[in-house]
Amino acid sequence: MADKILYTRPDSIRDVKSHYCPGCGHGIVHKLIGECLDEMNCREKTILVAPVGCAVLAYNYIDVDGIEAPHGRAPAVATGVKRAQKDKLVISYQGDGDLLAIGTAETIHAANRGENITVIFINNAIYGMTGGQMAPTTMEGQVTKTTPYGRDVHDVGYPIRACELLNTLVAPYYIERVSVHDVPHIVKAKKAIRRALQNQIDGKGYSFIEVLSMCPTNWGVDAQTGADWVRDVMQPYYPLGVFRDKDAEEASRVQ
Amino acid sequence: MKKPLISVEKCKGCGLCIGACPKKILEMSSAFNKQGVNYPKCKDEPSCIGCKFCAMICPDCVIEIVETDEPGGKNG
Repeated sequence: MADKILYTRPDSIRDVKSHYCPGCGHGIVHKLIGECLDEMNCREKTILVAPVGCAVLAYNYIDVDGIEAPHGRAPAVATGVKRAQKDKLVISYQGDGDLLAIGTAETIHAANRGENITVIFINNAIYGMTGGQMAPTTMEGQVTKTTPYGRDVHDVGYPIRACELLNTLVAPYYIERVSVHDVPHIVKAKKAIRRALQNQIDGKGYSFIEVLSMCPTNWGVDAQTGADWVRDVMQPYYPLGVFRDKDAEEASRVQ
Repeated sequence: MKKPLISVEKCKGCGLCIGACPKKILEMSSAFNKQGVNYPKCKDEPSCIGCKFCAMICPDCVIEIVETDEPGGKNG
């Protein structure tokens, strides 16, 4: 009898070597998106809007149609794609430099319009692709290339919490923050991504998933220490959980 | 018997799987693959419970979990 495969690479992920560093969270999140697309049988109608950043080549790894947006403009491009092709599943996949620095305006206004898209936000507290400079999400006191003495919040401000920021708007349908530093949290992250994609298919509106992720190379640590750092340092400042769930709000109103 | 199959040539040697394994049966091999990194190996396959944790946390889809009908597994 042949071996039975219990777990393997999802069909939506290409069998190629990625350019991501060892221990990078992008690979895990790509895999979760691939698994969700396979389970929902949506791969053929998905359009992935890739950001500028480490995930710039995401459509080389996730086997779906892709379009590359100018830096920070992924939600604006996704808006256009979704409005022109309403039957497609449009995912805007962005990092923290893309979504919260150069693309803050696009992010907030796409959310404020309640566009029927899914935004996956990878928060690794640093600029990965450009070599480890300070990002808007860099933790207080964190050493980066541009904050060699640690982030001084009196000089450059406090880290931005994207979920809380977007939760002040009326239009977003679903906002959740998850993490991929260990397996139980990866399972929860997959559920959140699946939920966000299903919301779009059901035509409910804007879904935003923030994923706390690791960047061991630019943090200057090994992969496991990076995962522990997400748990010990990032999670207390970026609390996990559902910030907005209009399904639940609706259900409690009916009762 | 359930066991992990590790495609060592694709592995980047981050070691997240070793930390994720609840049975602590994965360890870093002293051998190198073509990328020049050490890769994990399973030191006690019969103890594997097939929980898939190592495969789920692997960022590079290197690990497959398979069930074989070889006898000798401690956990069926």
